[in-house]
Amino acid sequence: MATVSITVNGNKVSRDVEPRTLLVQYLREHLGLTGTHVGCDTSQCGACVVHIDGASVKSCTTLAMQCEGASVTTIEGLAKDGKLHPMQEAFREHHALQCGFCTPGMIMSAVDLVEKNPGLTEDDIRHGLEGNLCRCTGYHNIVKAIAAASKTMGR
Amino acid sequence: MYAFNYHKPKTLAEAQALIGKLPEGKLLAGGHTLIPTLKQRLAQPSDLIDIGGIAELKGLTVTASAVTIGAGTRHDEVARSAEVKKAIPALALLASGIGDRQVRARGTIGGSLANSDPAADYPGAVLGLGATVHTTKRTIKADDFFKGMFETALDEGEIITKVEFPVPKRAGYMKFANPASRYVMVGSFVAETAGGIRVAINGAGPCAFRWAEAEKALAAKFAAASVEGLKHKADGLNSDIHASAEYRAHLITVMTKRAVAQAGG
Repeated sequence: MATVSITVNGNKVSRDVEPRTLLVQYLREHLGLTGTHVGCDTSQCGACVVHIDGASVKSCTTLAMQCEGASVTTIEGLAKDGKLHPMQEAFREHHALQCGFCTPGMIMSAVDLVEKNPGLTEDDIRHGLEGNLCRCTGYHNIVKAIAAASKTMGR
Repeated sequence: MYAFNYHKPKTLAEAQALIGKLPEGKLLAGGHTLIPTLKQRLAQPSDLIDIGGIAELKGLTVTASAVTIGAGTRHDEVARSAEVKKAIPALALLASGIGDRQVRARGTIGGSLANSDPAADYPGAVLGLGATVHTTKRTIKADDFFKGMFETALDEGEIITKVEFPVPKRAGYMKFANPASRYVMVGSFVAETAGGIRVAINGAGPCAFRWAEAEKALAAKFAAASVEGLKHKADGLNSDIHASAEYRAHLITVMTKRAVAQAGG
């Protein structure tokens, strides 16, 4: 066992874990933050996307140990003071989900995409979602939501 | 995953010392090949030596004659670098097409090259541009680096430190990605360099290789039409559920033509 200390959603946490513990296991099983989902478990579907030091990454393909000292943001960390993040609000407004399983990862990827790329076109958004799979919506409303949020984020 | 011990050295010297005394240990860079491999229990290292925190392996330098990329530099950094885009646009384009955004935020050039996956992108650029791979022991020319499927010239415990790409007169990269996984089925990296025309093919064979016939044709005239009538042999190419060797041979011509056109030929 080894102690891993990470700042998760602004709170510094420490847990004793086996070195083979994945970040997604650390979040879900050790911290009880089950908003981050495990979909394919093979780095493809993006349901497990979180931010590590400001970059969106797949937490099923990252060891918790690699995140020692890092700052991690999960879907639970987006809303502030009971108010949804503009991206969450846009997903709600544009009905950008059906079953909702991919949604946490989709939103975390979308936030990173918008933050790093001002002036996104529809094409940029569709390509930017390459690492996130949704099997219900056909992506159309997701793209609409992200386009809308790109105009409200940062205001 | 089988259990392992984890180490995070802060310097290259510490990493070398660790890998030297842990014969069943493995180096962990971005982890985007190794961690999936461990999850499938296809490897059972006793120890992981995480070189992701070593500052001396990170960063890019661009001069008029070369782009030098630290082994621990993430794909995303190469893809987004304005300097790389200007010096070798085809290299930035190649990096921008590896995996997806989340993979590019973690995967590193050193990790990709040391693994020499036949379906990886970077080996195309290294061989196509005639790059030099710097390691903790020596420098290795691209033509001597790739030895086979998941096999390179690296010795046990030898660590890639940086890769130096000479700036070509012009270059282009095109790949046919698997429609589902987006891994390279066939890629072609074409470059007009100070040492002549180089055409490197990735994805098609056990490791990246040069296509001499196309190099000769393009040396006579650097134009997509020069490659039109050429056909690479199917013998020795990969054949799997994604594509037969014959289909890959066909794609070699098509991707090379497109790479030449992209380079302006």
